[in-house]
Amino acid sequence: MTRPELLRVDKVTKAYPGVVANSDVSFAIAEGEIHALLGENGAGKSTLVKMIYGLVKPDAGHMSLRGAEYAPAEPRAARAAGVGMVFQHFSLFEALNVAENVALGMENPPPMKALAGRIKAVSAEYGLPLDPARMVGDLSAGERQRVEIIRCLLQDPKLLIMDEPTSVLTPQEVDILFKTLRQLAAEGTAILYISHKLEEIRALCDAATILRRGKVVATCTPRDRSAREMAELMVGAVLTPPARAGGAKGAVALEVVGLSVASPIPFGTSLKDVSFAVRRGEVLGIAGVAGNGQDELLLALSGEVRAGREAVRMDGVGVGDQGPNERRTLGLVSAPEERLGHAAAPDMSLVENALLSGLVRKGLARRGFIDWAATEDFAATVVRDFDVRTPGTDVAARALSGGNLQKFVVGRELSQSPGVIVINQPTWGVDAAAAAAIRQAILDRAAGGAAVVVISQDLDELLEISDSFAALNEGRMTRPRPVAGLTIDEIGLMMGGAHGMEVAHHGQ
Amino acid sequence: MFGGIDPGLLIASLMVASVPIILAAIGELVVERAGVLNLGVEGMMIMGAVCGFIMAVQTGSAVLGFVGGALGGAALSLIFALLTQFLLANQVASGLALTLFGLGLSSLLGQGFVGIRPPATAALPFGALAEIPFLGRVLFGHDWVVYLSIASVAATWWVLRSTRLGLILRAVGENHDAAHALGYKVRRIRVLAILFGGAMAGMGGAYVSLVRVPQWTDGITAGAGWIALAIVVFAAWRPWRALIGAYLFGGISVLQLNLQAAGARIPVEYLSMSPYLITILVLVIMSSGKGKAALNAPASLGQTFHASR
Amino acid sequence: MPMLRLEKRPSPSRFWQGMTPVLAVVLTMIAGGILFAALGKNPVEAIRTIFWDPLFNAQFASYSRPQLLVKAGPLILIAIGLSLGFRAGIWNIGAEGQYIMGALAGAAVGLAFYPADHWFLFPLMVVAGALGGWLWAMVPAILKTRFNTNEILVSLLMVYIAQNILASMSLGLLRNPEGGGFPGSRNLSQYPAASNPELIAGTGMHWGVIAAFMAVIAAYILLQRHILGFHIKLAGQAPRAARFAGVNPTGLVLLCMGISGALAGLAGLFEVAGPAGQISIDFNVGYGFTAIIVAFLGRLNPIGILLAGLLMALTYIGGELAQFMLGLPAAAIQAFQGMLLFFLLAVDLLSNYRVRFGARAEAA
Repeated sequence: MTRPELLRVDKVTKAYPGVVANSDVSFAIAEGEIHALLGENGAGKSTLVKMIYGLVKPDAGHMSLRGAEYAPAEPRAARAAGVGMVFQHFSLFEALNVAENVALGMENPPPMKALAGRIKAVSAEYGLPLDPARMVGDLSAGERQRVEIIRCLLQDPKLLIMDEPTSVLTPQEVDILFKTLRQLAAEGTAILYISHKLEEIRALCDAATILRRGKVVATCTPRDRSAREMAELMVGAVLTPPARAGGAKGAVALEVVGLSVASPIPFGTSLKDVSFAVRRGEVLGIAGVAGNGQDELLLALSGEVRAGREAVRMDGVGVGDQGPNERRTLGLVSAPEERLGHAAAPDMSLVENALLSGLVRKGLARRGFIDWAATEDFAATVVRDFDVRTPGTDVAARALSGGNLQKFVVGRELSQSPGVIVINQPTWGVDAAAAAAIRQAILDRAAGGAAVVVISQDLDELLEISDSFAALNEGRMTRPRPVAGLTIDEIGLMMGGAHGMEVAHHGQ
Repeated sequence: MFGGIDPGLLIASLMVASVPIILAAIGELVVERAGVLNLGVEGMMIMGAVCGFIMAVQTGSAVLGFVGGALGGAALSLIFALLTQFLLANQVASGLALTLFGLGLSSLLGQGFVGIRPPATAALPFGALAEIPFLGRVLFGHDWVVYLSIASVAATWWVLRSTRLGLILRAVGENHDAAHALGYKVRRIRVLAILFGGAMAGMGGAYVSLVRVPQWTDGITAGAGWIALAIVVFAAWRPWRALIGAYLFGGISVLQLNLQAAGARIPVEYLSMSPYLITILVLVIMSSGKGKAALNAPASLGQTFHASR
Repeated sequence: MPMLRLEKRPSPSRFWQGMTPVLAVVLTMIAGGILFAALGKNPVEAIRTIFWDPLFNAQFASYSRPQLLVKAGPLILIAIGLSLGFRAGIWNIGAEGQYIMGALAGAAVGLAFYPADHWFLFPLMVVAGALGGWLWAMVPAILKTRFNTNEILVSLLMVYIAQNILASMSLGLLRNPEGGGFPGSRNLSQYPAASNPELIAGTGMHWGVIAAFMAVIAAYILLQRHILGFHIKLAGQAPRAARFAGVNPTGLVLLCMGISGALAGLAGLFEVAGPAGQISIDFNVGYGFTAIIVAFLGRLNPIGILLAGLLMALTYIGGELAQFMLGLPAAAIQAFQGMLLFFLLAVDLLSNYRVRFGARAEAA
């Protein structure tokens, strides 16, 4: 390697109350290098890059950029030094247009008209077409990511940090992104690429630093290692894939016929003529890039959004116009994607949160009066059966880590002997061991005769647990197909291929 | 029914009548665009009214009175800023506290000033221009604050639309977490917006006690602050529409006062309640447009911001 | 430079939830003392006159003590209603208007029967009072659920409308025909079938106070034991989780606004048939607004509201006493009450955040 060193991180430590996010972390990136930062959720990747971007200050340790001391006091300083960052949860403003969003990420933006011209030029140069006048709220997730990337590129960054960039892209969009990143690297820009997706890293990156529980556990060249080796370094244990019994499927338990509902979410996606059926014992996996109607589908199935009576049927009975509790009575349980604020009330205790959705099926109230003793028992059972790590059931939901709360929420629903299960993003932000346990629990319920709908953006997960597979794209759903025999290209096309690319080309 | 009411005079007097509401509404509009809901407008207005009145009487200068009004309103808004931005208190409750406290404190401060006439705020000397029929009276017959109120609408519109400051302000109001992630000082920007809102409300209040009434009595603003808040919703957070809303409201107030003076057959009480009734009606019409107004509201409005990890 | 930092607690602190109102009262006394000193009064004497003398001064206590319940009754009754809405994130701040309309409706029923002596008259007035307040609160509630209007603004604007109706009624329809042309209705407290008398002499106890106590108990049971109370709390803390739990937001708005309106209307009726005695242009003294402070000071907890209502009643009585004894302006008490709410909101953060002293700070 003859490329000069760009950034060196030397023995950086950052602690939060109760957690050491980074401990003595060291690594270096050369100019033009694509460097992977690999680790599970909670391994400390985000804290590390926030320090590089000036959002968080390290407690100890040094960083240097091109040999000079580098300690950005704020993101502005980082940007001035040539460091740009594309966030995982985008730092975008939905009610502002593309050009305004780009201007906000620049130190001295040119006047709006000139900026719009530059956005068009740069976006064409890197194959990321974008209309500067469009409102960001109306863009797809992939297009939003382009806004962030272009915002960085306009400042000629020496180092581009990308935080989990592919979690919102279709396989085709991933290909385009990788092409862009390789082009940038060839021009000398270093890229710090954060991910937990091993195959991507093997395809793209020159070097990888693997973090586990805040510490660097290995540095390697990804192309020389197998995905399995890296996974074991990352997780620190040997993983066993969930076991599944390919039992016979029963009668149709959940049927959706021509379901169309307007989105209750600002800038949301309405569902258009969605139809599918799930049999007892069957797991239907629904893929799709974020924002293509997943949240709306969950709301329509759980009963939070009503539709026509016959649009949703359970065991042949129309329930489309029924609310959540009526559907629970009939055996449906659901777990929304957002844990804090939707699936659980952040400031309420686990006991109260157990009551939240367990009221009906667990019979936790008599003539409206709550049976707190029974509710506590139920909460304790969920905590025990799903290995929720918590000091007790009286702590607030927000005190739990994301993974533990997810186990509690999923456990709460699965412990209600459901006939139909609907889950959105069952393992989002959960470490590998817990994710495996959750998937196993879902498969066990299916084996026990429940009809299961899993909505997820994690294709590997869906392919692992589903019997049949469908994708949501702009509020429409493809016809479910058996998982066996599907290729990744077919899946990509079901998800909508490369969103908006064709449209944008026509615009030029 | 309109017989005997000169349209030129009506327009001229509605422009005057709406000044307090324009000033307060523009201030609140900026505050809300920054993502902060300050329900203490009534309290800040009445503090501005009393402080402005005292300052004007003590110094003998109406202009200094308006400065005093702005300072009084801003001082009260500083408490709100402290509570909501640093102590992370609920914005609705803090705003209500501001109003309740402002009403009490203003009455306390104003005790020695009941029954005094403040120094006059004269119309600007436009000379011959003011003699032009109709237009002269409508455009060139006012005191400086009337022009200032219109200028403040234009300036706010321009700043929000075309300047970097306005862009940052809107960004903070849309998504404070994203603004923070990009390195903007969410709290500092919001505190400044709150102070601006307080100063504008205070000026508006001072206009009530120095020009509109002009004297000091307890509870002199009589709900003008709440109407300003309603106008911001009516305006869908856009400055020029706030001006239209304020003029609409001013027009109704002037009209009902004229009808009262003309001895209309409708009882006085029903005429006096008409501005409030119509404000409610307008709120209904604006809000029911299939959530359109709601979509236009700054997305972070009323939410507490605390920079954690 | 050392700096203060805030750290969110994993769970709200029980200790500070109970302590913050006490701390707020102490801080308000200190700041109030400074305010009174600025007005040229002896601060210690002023505080003593407000908080101690009404209850324990041999000269005044016999008059003041009953007043405590008379003033606390409506405050508690209204605040209990408001607290349910505030818990659910539904902001009815127009209780003053609902109070007026309840009083008008109840008094109108009573006056319509004058001078007949029916046993059912007072109960009928109570129903009319509750109904009046309920209807007045239904306006912002229905506008909110049907047209998505902001209930804060509408309920508040409705106060001004109610005040104008009150003025019109006391000058017109409900004016005492034997009152020599003066504004104001017949005196209901001198009309036995329609009056709300002191039930036990020397205590200030009247039907409104009993209603307030009953409301405290009912609200306590509702919030602690009943699923409806749970749903109210849930809707306020996490609206989307409430929908997930099957709570119907429209129903909740109607319910909370309705209860708070009906209780405010009841408070108005009991006041107008008892302590105030008659409808007059300014019979309302701002209980509807002060009750907002009471609700927050009581931390939206029924027992807390009971205590806060008594405390706030004390400041009213003590304020009058201080006005009489020390010449302390009435407005000073209003400012004092406002200050109490400020301090409460300010120290409230201690229950949800830990304050840390440290030299370093996050880039904020």
